[in-house]
Parts: sequence; structure tokens; C-alpha cells
Amino acid sequence: MNEALSKSRKPISRKVRNRITAILVTSLTIVILVIFLMPMVYGIMTALKTDAQFSTKGAPWYPASREQYEYEGKTYDIYEVPIDGELQGLALVIKGRTLSQFVDSDHPEDGLIRWEGAWRTLERKWTFDPQWGNFVKAWNTINFTRLLGNTLKYAGITTVGAVVSASLVAYGFARFRIPKKKVLFMLMLSTVILPGAITLIPTYFVYLQLGWVGTWLPLIVPAFFSWGTNVFLMRQFIMSIPRELDEAAMMDGANPIRIFISIILPQAVPALTAVALFHFFWAWNDFFGPLIYLAGNPEKFPITVGLTAFNTLYSQYVNMIQASSLITAVIPVLIFFFAQRFFMQGVVITGVEK
Amino acid sequence: MSNMANVVLKRPIKRTKRKMTKLRKNEARWGLFFLSPWMIGFLAFYFLPMLASFVFSLLNFNPAVPDEATLIGFENWQRALVTDKEVLLSFTRTLRFAVISLPISLGFALFLAIILNSKNVIGKTLYRTLFYMPSMIPLVATVLIWNGVLNEHTGWMNLLIENITGIQAVGTEGIRWMADTRLVYYSYTMFGLWGVGNAMIIFLAGLQGVPTEFYEAAEIDGANWLQRLFKITIPLISPVIFYQLVLGVIGSLQYFLAPWVLNGGTGFPEGMTRFYMIYFYKQSFTFFNMGYGATLAWLMFIVALILTIILFGTAKYWVFYAAEERK
Repeated sequence: MNEALSKSRKPISRKVRNRITAILVTSLTIVILVIFLMPMVYGIMTALKTDAQFSTKGAPWYPASREQYEYEGKTYDIYEVPIDGELQGLALVIKGRTLSQFVDSDHPEDGLIRWEGAWRTLERKWTFDPQWGNFVKAWNTINFTRLLGNTLKYAGITTVGAVVSASLVAYGFARFRIPKKKVLFMLMLSTVILPGAITLIPTYFVYLQLGWVGTWLPLIVPAFFSWGTNVFLMRQFIMSIPRELDEAAMMDGANPIRIFISIILPQAVPALTAVALFHFFWAWNDFFGPLIYLAGNPEKFPITVGLTAFNTLYSQYVNMIQASSLITAVIPVLIFFFAQRFFMQGVVITGVEK
Repeated sequence: MSNMANVVLKRPIKRTKRKMTKLRKNEARWGLFFLSPWMIGFLAFYFLPMLASFVFSLLNFNPAVPDEATLIGFENWQRALVTDKEVLLSFTRTLRFAVISLPISLGFALFLAIILNSKNVIGKTLYRTLFYMPSMIPLVATVLIWNGVLNEHTGWMNLLIENITGIQAVGTEGIRWMADTRLVYYSYTMFGLWGVGNAMIIFLAGLQGVPTEFYEAAEIDGANWLQRLFKITIPLISPVIFYQLVLGVIGSLQYFLAPWVLNGGTGFPEGMTRFYMIYFYKQSFTFFNMGYGATLAWLMFIVALILTIILFGTAKYWVFYAAEERK
């Protein structure tokens, strides 16, 4: 882009050149963005279609239904009929291979209009007709209230566990001199990239022995024992809190628990928020854990597993699948819009400082 | 970043050396108290299960009849490494997919970050939010939405291609994104791009850390856009690229959700999407061959470890750490 411009550098001033680059780069960005978000528009449009629209050839891309007209007690489909070089919307009353008869919905009193030609070559007339009821239908078919309740419970409880445990452990790593602390810290970071499969089978077996398989416990309990990424984020943040405050409190005779609660936690709110958001979204998305531990207990399924089960059963109902996927997507997306600042900061801390 | 590091580094120096050991002991005790949730968790959920997993790999074991478990030595290992061809096959598929999807997704993330970091783009924050947004959609929903878009009959992808280029794309004779063995990995990669947000933000932060003086100096020396990209930007953010690459490789080995949601592990089309993790799941939780499953898990761990070591080994040739950070 710049090279092409630089050939004609002399006559164009720098300011104009910058403006042209800005317009080019911005339009490129917008084009990519439109393609990037196109599936979402597809999802919305598809979710609003009637079942019939999928099986009809020549149906439009937007949600629409066939235009129909009632004539002498019967309903007929309206087709676009070329008469006198003009397309007219006429209801097809008598179908014929070479000659069909139509009626004009605006002037039914004129009686049947004869038209020569194969009616199959004609296109139907469609009107924009979004089926908002599809969302309600999807919500009820999949029992979204229950799935949503399960996911909210799971995400809520484990978020509390994740935040509490991560902040305790991070405080330990950030503020205390502990023998072999470096080794412990590296060990903790290495668990972040450990493939989950390696620990899965023995833990599954232990949970099975405890009678926990088929309940939420295997998914909830581990969250209270802290997680590498969250601890890392919290530790980075706590280390940036000036130590003078702790020391002053210590002089006043406060013990470490006191300091943690009344000095560290209030100052670490941005990091706590980031960890809470991360964990919440993670739990909202979690699939593999619930798939394994809740197999065969559909009444305990979270949204992700429920949606998958729904897709396996009803994959031919494209509109229902899209509607339920969108319902699943909307809550995290809304939370994201409200909390994006904290969230993005958190991403940056965990990602770059390593 | 460096400010934070300074604060931390100066601390121990300020303190007078060798305070009373009793105080130190007390401090360590408090520290361990705060670390205890992690230490218990580490033992209970990582360390012991890992060892147990290895023991399991030496057993013929079905959790439904735990009493019938028998010690069979390295039979499972022999099966995984020699007789069971599906292990190598599914692993090769996983690698082939990773080789296609990782460069595309990391490249796309970096490309977006560079565009959104450019001073020439109007309305950057809005685009940043919108490019990030799909990462928030639960992956199951993403996969299902894209599965609709890529449907060969009714999907918009084919409709658009047909309407714009005029090539016949719709229908069984057209572009079969999910059923064509040559295309399916690219289709799966495409879903993945909706999750590109995190990598994009991390790259963006990396780019913002590159001192602008470098670019100014390069511009004065007459370096063009491409030269600046390859001689300044990429070397300076190579640690971030490295971090993303390591996580990406480990993540690819465990790729499971999309193929599972779309075909329940049948590997459609022609077994192409029966990846390693799917095979592991089937052995462990469909056939309940948990001894063999544990072997497959250990094998995955070993492969992940080797790949990580290789990546770290290559790091010194291309990952650039600024001198000040090396201390």
C-alpha cells in the first residue's frame, strides 16, 4: 500500500497521504469485521425463519413466509407472474403444465386470469415475516430455565472458590519468604500447561468410589484449591501494591490474616474482578468436565452439554439450533460489554507478564 | 512492567541481612499457611493422580468391576505404541490439523493486532470490542452457528461465494465445507478464528510495549512498512508469539469440543476428525478401558513435554529478549 503511494510521493503532501492510508486501512478493517461477524447475522436470520422456509427452493435469505390469498374458501400461494412484460403477484388457483389460471388478490371480482407457460418456472412471492416465537419455542423445548439455572449455579459457586483460593495463595507467593518458593512457583505455573487428561482417570475413579459421579461435586470442589493462571494474575497484582501499608499495619500489631483482609483485598479489587470474570466465563464454557461427570443425568446438565444433546436430537431443525445457540451466547456477550475493561486488563496481565 | 519489577527487586536489598531466625520461621509458617490451598490441591488433583495414572496404565481396568483389575505390565504401552494403529493415526490427524490451524489463527490474531494498533485506523476501540466479542460466545454455540453458515445447501458462505464469484458453490456438487476431506481442517480452523480475541489482545499489549523511537529511527533510515514489521515489530514481540505458540501447541493436542459436538466422535468425514483426545475419550469413557485410557493420557503428556522442550530449545534462535529484561 505504502509502496504504491510512495511512487507518487512528491506531488502529495504528507497529510493527504496519511489521510488516504487511514481511509484504506479503516475500510479494510471494516470489510474484515463484516465478514467476521457475518455468521452472527446468519444465526439471527436463520433463527427467525419458519420450518417450511428451509425445504422450499428459491426461498429468500431473510426470514419470510409465502404470501397466500384466500379465494372462495381456499388458500392459494401467490406467484410472480410475468404479464405484459410486468411481474404481477397472482394467486395460483388451477395448476397446469402449459396453462394455469390465477386470480388477482386486489381484484378477485375479475375472476380467473389465464396464463400460458409452466407454473413451475414461476417464483413465489415472499414477505418479511420473522418468527420471534422461535426463541420462545427453543427456550421451552430445550428447557433453558433449568440449563441456565445449572450453569449459573456452577459458575457462581466455582467463581467464589476460585477467587478466594487464588487470592490467598497469591498473597502467600507475593509477600512471604518461604524456603524453595521459586520451585513451588514454577511447579504451580507448570500445572497451567499440563494436559488435563493425565490426571483424569484416577480422579474419575476416586470420585466414582466417593459416589460423586453424577453430581456437581467433582466440578465444584477442585475450584476451591486454586488454579495456576488465577494465582499468577493475582500475585502479579499484589506485588505491585506498596509494601509500606502492610508494614505499617504490622507495626500496629495486625496479623497476616488481618492484613490480607483489610489491606490487600481492598486494593486488589481490579485483579479480583478480573479473576472472577475469567473464571465465570470459563465455567460458563466448560464442556469436558460436565460431559464426563454428569453423563446420563440430563437434569443436571449445564447449557453447553444441554445444547449439544439438543443438537444431536434435533439437528434437522436448523432454526431451533440457531435460536438456542444465540440464547446461549447472549448472556456472556452482555456481561462482556459491561465489564470489558476489567476483562481485557486481566487478559493482558496473564498473557504478557510471563 | 519494568517499574513493577524494580519495586520487587529492591525489596530484599533494603532489608537488613539476617534478621532473627525465629521471625523468618514465623514468616515462612504464615506463608505456607496461605499456600496450603494450592499445596493440598496440587497433591490431590495433580501430583498423586499423575502417579496413579501411570499405575493405571499398567493395569487392565474397568471401573464398573474394579475388583477384576489385573496387573498386565507394559501390555497397554505395547498396544498403544505398536499394535493399535489408531493411536498413531489419530495423533497424526491432530498434528496435521495443528499445522494448519495454529499458523492461521496466530497469524490472524497478529494481523488484527497490527491493524488495530496502527495510528491510521479510525475508531479502534470499537473494532477491538467487536473483534473480541465472539470469543465470549460459548464454543458449543460458536460451533453450531458456524456449522449452519458452512452448510453446503443453506449456509451463507456458499451463497455468498456463488453470488460474488459465480462459481457453483451451493449444493452437493458445490463446496462441501464439512464433508470434503481436503477442506474440513480449514473449516474447523475457521470456527477457531472466532476465539481469536484473547491472542489479539495479548499481541496488542505486546505491540503497545514496542518503543515508538524504533519506528521513527527506522523511518528516517528509509525502512518501508514490511521491513519495519519484520525487523522491529516481530522480533520485539517474539516473546509474546512464543508464549502463544506454546499454549497453542498444548491446546491443539487436546482439541476435542468441535468434532465432538459436530459428529459425536465418528470422525466424519472419513475419520478425519477423530483426533487424539476423541480417541482417548472413547477408550476411557465409552468403552471404559481405563487402563488403556491412562496409557493414552501418559503418552499425550510425554508428547506435550517433548514438544514443549523442542519449542523452548528453538527459542534461543528466534525469541528476542531485550537486554534489560535478561537480568
